[in-house]
Amino acid sequence: MDKTYNNRAWLLVIPVFVLVALSAIIPIMTVVNYSVQDTFGGNQFFWAGTEWFQDVLRSERFWNAMSRNLVFSVIILAIEIPLGIAIALAMPRKGIWVPVCLVLMALPLLIPWNVVGTIWQIFGRADIGLMGYLLSELGINYNYASNVLDAWVTIIIMDVWHWTSLVVLLCYAGLVSIPDAYYQAARIDGASRWSVFRYIQLPKLRGVLIIAFLLRFMDSFMIYTEPFVLTGGGPGNSTTFTSIDLVKQAVGQFDLGPAAAMSLIYQLVVLLVCYVFYTVMTNVGADKPVEVED
Amino acid sequence: MDLSWMAWTLPTALFWIGIVGCLAAMCVWEYFSPGGSPRVGILRFETTRGDRLFISLLGSAFIHLAWLGLVGPGLWWAFGISLLYALVVFRTV
Repeated sequence: MDKTYNNRAWLLVIPVFVLVALSAIIPIMTVVNYSVQDTFGGNQFFWAGTEWFQDVLRSERFWNAMSRNLVFSVIILAIEIPLGIAIALAMPRKGIWVPVCLVLMALPLLIPWNVVGTIWQIFGRADIGLMGYLLSELGINYNYASNVLDAWVTIIIMDVWHWTSLVVLLCYAGLVSIPDAYYQAARIDGASRWSVFRYIQLPKLRGVLIIAFLLRFMDSFMIYTEPFVLTGGGPGNSTTFTSIDLVKQAVGQFDLGPAAAMSLIYQLVVLLVCYVFYTVMTNVGADKPVEVED
Repeated sequence: MDLSWMAWTLPTALFWIGIVGCLAAMCVWEYFSPGGSPRVGILRFETTRGDRLFISLLGSAFIHLAWLGLVGPGLWWAFGISLLYALVVFRTV
């Protein structure tokens, strides 16, 4: 059937375009403008050229923060995606426990980021926090404020606690949308539990997993509030992620030029990694069209 | 309307005019040759000419950053390499 083209439909895109222009394009334009200038306030700017970009690209501080981001995102994805799939597979599909599980899963997502940081900050303290107290009673010298490993483990557990349920809910939605006929066919073929997962459930989860993967990568790579509230970037600079460093530079030091250059490089890295992820995940193993010979 | 808070400069204005120009040119191209000319190139997955522009722009940004980080501030060579890179992307990807 031939499609009907009506170019007036483009008018419907205008509201979205205006919204994106105000919320994204104009701010990015401003950041680009700031990145090649220096300012001391008072709306006065001085041309600096590419100096800030060179400074950022040759700054050890920036690359260290970026490395921490990458390591953190890899760990988060390696834990949250498999764990989210496993929990979604274990959740009931029918009955009274379905809404109970869904509400329980949604609860961490409803808590604001800074509150999550505060909860874990108190939770991990040996004097007033349950986890910190129990660990110290067990003889474990746990202190996220002075020990680098403790700080990292706490931030990772906090993020897993906060965001795994997003992966669970996405995977669960994908699982319940698989038609029963697939499972019936698998039963007739005598497929094992693993085969059902490998050849039916996992391929059918592909769409939601791409979304989950991208959302969790972007969010973990741009993490700011939780580690800022929990450790303030410490001990030392061990949990200073790029976003924390960026805010220190832009707001704390009022170095708007270098901060703008850093944020553009940061954005380009996020864009590149997301594009590569998206392209790989949508193309590898995708259903190939069946070629029919005449 | 006072746009001084956006701190416009001639080079950044030219940069944005270039980006908008690219998008406008793509629209004109699409008007005269609709469909986006999808094909499978050396990356072994299907790309349209919009994808190829995106890959060109993103790659060019990194070429410029690499030049700044490894060589120095003179960006004309980086710009030339980016144009060459874009040409290769549009021909082969």
